[in-house]
Amino acid sequence: MEAICAFDRLIPGRGAAALLADGTQIAVFRLPDDSLFALSNRDPFTGANVMSRGIVGDRGGEPTVASPLLKQVFSLKSGRCLDDGGTALEVFAVEVVDGEVRVGADVRAAVLWPEPPPCRCDRTRKRPSRRSPATPSR
Amino acid sequence: MSDKRLVVVGDGMVGRRFLEAIAERDPSWDVTVLAEEPRPAYDRVRLSAFFDGVSAEELSLATELPGVDVRLSEPATAIDRAARAVRTERGEYAYDKLVLATGSAAFVPPVEGAGLDGVFVYRTIEDLEAIKARAEGRRHGVVIGGGLLGLEAANALRLLGLETQIVEFAPWLMARQLDEAGGGVLKQHIEKLGIDVACSTGGTRIEQAGDRLLMETNVEGLAFDTDLIVFAAGVRPRDQLARDCGLEVGERGGITTDTACQTSDPDVYAIGEVAAMEGVCYGLVAPGYTMAEVVADRLAGGEATFPGADLSTKLKLLGVDVAQFGAMDGPLATTYLDPAEGLYAKLILSDDAQTLLGGMLVGNAEPYPLLRASVGGPVPAQLADLLSSGEVEAGLPDAAQVCSCNAVTKGDIMGAIHDGCTDVGALKDCTRAGTGCGSCVPMLGQLLAEGGVEVSTSVCEHFTQSRAELFDIVKVTGIATFSELIARYGTGAGCDLCKPAVASILASLGGGHILDGEQAALQDTNDHFLANLQRNGTYSVVPRIPGGEITPDKLIVIGEVARDFGLYTKITGGQRIDMFGARVDDLPNIWRRLVDAGFESGHAYGKALRTVKSCVGTDWCRYGVQDSVKMAIDLELRYRGLRSPHKLKSAVSGCARECAEARGKDFGVIGTENGWNLYVGGNGGFTPRHADLLLADVDSATLVRTIDRFLMFYISTADRLQRTSKWVEALDGGIDYLREVIVDDRLGICGELDALMAEHVANYADEWKGVLDDPEKLQRFVSFVNAPDTPDPSIEFETVRGQQFPAATTDRSHTGPVLLGIPERKYQ
Repeated sequence: MEAICAFDRLIPGRGAAALLADGTQIAVFRLPDDSLFALSNRDPFTGANVMSRGIVGDRGGEPTVASPLLKQVFSLKSGRCLDDGGTALEVFAVEVVDGEVRVGADVRAAVLWPEPPPCRCDRTRKRPSRRSPATPSR
Repeated sequence: MSDKRLVVVGDGMVGRRFLEAIAERDPSWDVTVLAEEPRPAYDRVRLSAFFDGVSAEELSLATELPGVDVRLSEPATAIDRAARAVRTERGEYAYDKLVLATGSAAFVPPVEGAGLDGVFVYRTIEDLEAIKARAEGRRHGVVIGGGLLGLEAANALRLLGLETQIVEFAPWLMARQLDEAGGGVLKQHIEKLGIDVACSTGGTRIEQAGDRLLMETNVEGLAFDTDLIVFAAGVRPRDQLARDCGLEVGERGGITTDTACQTSDPDVYAIGEVAAMEGVCYGLVAPGYTMAEVVADRLAGGEATFPGADLSTKLKLLGVDVAQFGAMDGPLATTYLDPAEGLYAKLILSDDAQTLLGGMLVGNAEPYPLLRASVGGPVPAQLADLLSSGEVEAGLPDAAQVCSCNAVTKGDIMGAIHDGCTDVGALKDCTRAGTGCGSCVPMLGQLLAEGGVEVSTSVCEHFTQSRAELFDIVKVTGIATFSELIARYGTGAGCDLCKPAVASILASLGGGHILDGEQAALQDTNDHFLANLQRNGTYSVVPRIPGGEITPDKLIVIGEVARDFGLYTKITGGQRIDMFGARVDDLPNIWRRLVDAGFESGHAYGKALRTVKSCVGTDWCRYGVQDSVKMAIDLELRYRGLRSPHKLKSAVSGCARECAEARGKDFGVIGTENGWNLYVGGNGGFTPRHADLLLADVDSATLVRTIDRFLMFYISTADRLQRTSKWVEALDGGIDYLREVIVDDRLGICGELDALMAEHVANYADEWKGVLDDPEKLQRFVSFVNAPDTPDPSIEFETVRGQQFPAATTDRSHTGPVLLGIPERKYQ
């Protein structure tokens, strides 16, 4: 594990970038409840090292970060892209020791997910509900 | 030689519809089109839009028709039926089948002097160009004709800036569609717009009076001294070719056809306005389209016949809704007249009052689609209810025709919804409903709702409220943080949709620096770093240059900063300078140099006011009538930093030549001899739209006050990422409603809007300086939290045309995405 900065340097609800000794760029996120997540800083869709500048939030309760470039949403826990099931960010272990944030390789990165996530594309989202034709609400 | 040679005479709206229909039904025909006009078919119905900034290209209906030989500017001169050939001045075209779609010509009553210079008809784009040329620098015009066409022509003259006089021979306007009371209400509306109307009046003689024209009338002592006269008093079928070759014509003109559109020669068909279908000529496009389809079907071996025409019309002329449907007269009638509001409606009923036979609407045509579709059945609701709400439960039978232009029934539309159409655009593609006159489009929306399609306005999964509702909640409750708002009114932790939307609302309502406290976490990366993120992870920097005016010294500073930090520079479309390629850690250093030289943030990164462009105005320009630069600077400084649902752009032109392109902006100002015209709701981009005139000839104070209210009303009520153009279009009542709210204060909210803007103006502060003055904020501007002085090593540049660009290798391949061990699958 590699120390990167004091926990207090991180702004609640935002990310920060860190450069590891081997040249890897990671993004560390501090959520408003002070939980921490660390993932690869590289946006797989554009190749730019910008993930730390994305907006964090949740989708259906899963903590997320959205790429600041083309807005794809990734799970902070698994790194998986929730808008494109074939892509993911590498996940890193992160902990706080004596007020200092430390990161390192995470074993979860090797786990294979059994089921693809539900598709979030426009077509499914906009499909009309199949309930019987109702009278218009107005 | 094949026996499938088809010659079409005329390339108007109906001729073009026929070409499309035959290409679809039987492409084996060898088609030649002989057209008189120099351009292919265009939308004659929307002709007056030509003066509203719509170009001839935009009106064009020309489509790719492979294999069709369209001969423009080559009118047919004769038909030789014995030889089965059509002649033009350039050649002869043999046919096996001939389709005549020559349309009609403007009717010019036998008035002495009708051939003088300055007298026009209103029929083609060439006519309009001639009218426009004549109107240049002149003041007054007369339109002969107060029907559909006459009012269109009057609108055209008004758009050219002429004082306009309508002269109508009938005792009231639109006598073919309206009764006397309806015509009276319409006249009231039109006179309110400053157009003069003289009914029961006809021109008797026109004479030249120097550069002007003098028209005498049949009314004792009434004559008009004017610059130009436009005849728009109806049309006559252009049947001369048919007459010359001995085809049968109707008593009042038009080529006689049967319901198969066949003329007295079985090899010759006639369609559109030139056809006298069983003796009747139709002057509307919808019956013409039906005829085109009938003939295409016949030529493909079918047996279609003309089913009869729906002559219903709905139009918005000079901002007034007018509609007529079904019968004009009948045994019973129920009427509604409100002269104060300018409303008139009349329903014609069967003698037992159970069946709707027809009716007319003036001033409010919202119930038109429902009423028209109900003709032949029971009246759908009380007239007063229809007029007050405009929307009632659309309990129509499936057989009811919703789109009469394309003969689409409610059943067709419900079927398409069931098959997956979820918006009006999809319904148009799928059924063609709403692609003709467009009057049934509101009805399509209602049917979507009836079919169970819900159009959600909620911001995202965390808030069921719309942006406008959240705005009201924040304003009323005074909630100042996202966490409190989502705890009380939403669910979950938020996302990249709701967080920036709420950040914008908090900023619009004066929440201090956008990077203060918890607000910092809500901002999109552009707002978070007060610069624009580019594809390689660097940022671009745009200092404010109000009105596009800049001193040489400041220009030099920008050049020096760009040179010293190695930035690529480009002039933007908004009259300022963008510097690209700045690393996060360089941003404060760049700002320091700019701020010290008197620059401030240009908010190019924000959903906020961007620029107010200007032309050079009266100071330098020979033509300018107002000081556009001064006004642009004043407006830009007044609204700088104003956060809004989407970006805001503006421009000020010093005269009607409009060099600043103000009508393509969210709010545009154009100088006039008497003050300023204010236009709102314009847009460039993906769906260009010209801004609508909100106010004319106002002084500077009125102008600024009205823009204040426009912006604050927009900010208070628009959806997330809804530009002003879509917002104005979505307002129930459109620009007229907007005017009532922010000029006439119909809702009584102007005081509040004024106060909100006053607060914005009083509390503005430069966001860049706000960061430079705050060490805590400054320390966020590093590439790496653990290596503040190391720039991102993955960012590389190369030099092209003497400047630096992102290197092509910065990206994309050397560390590919993490691949997961799952097979590729489509999740549809």
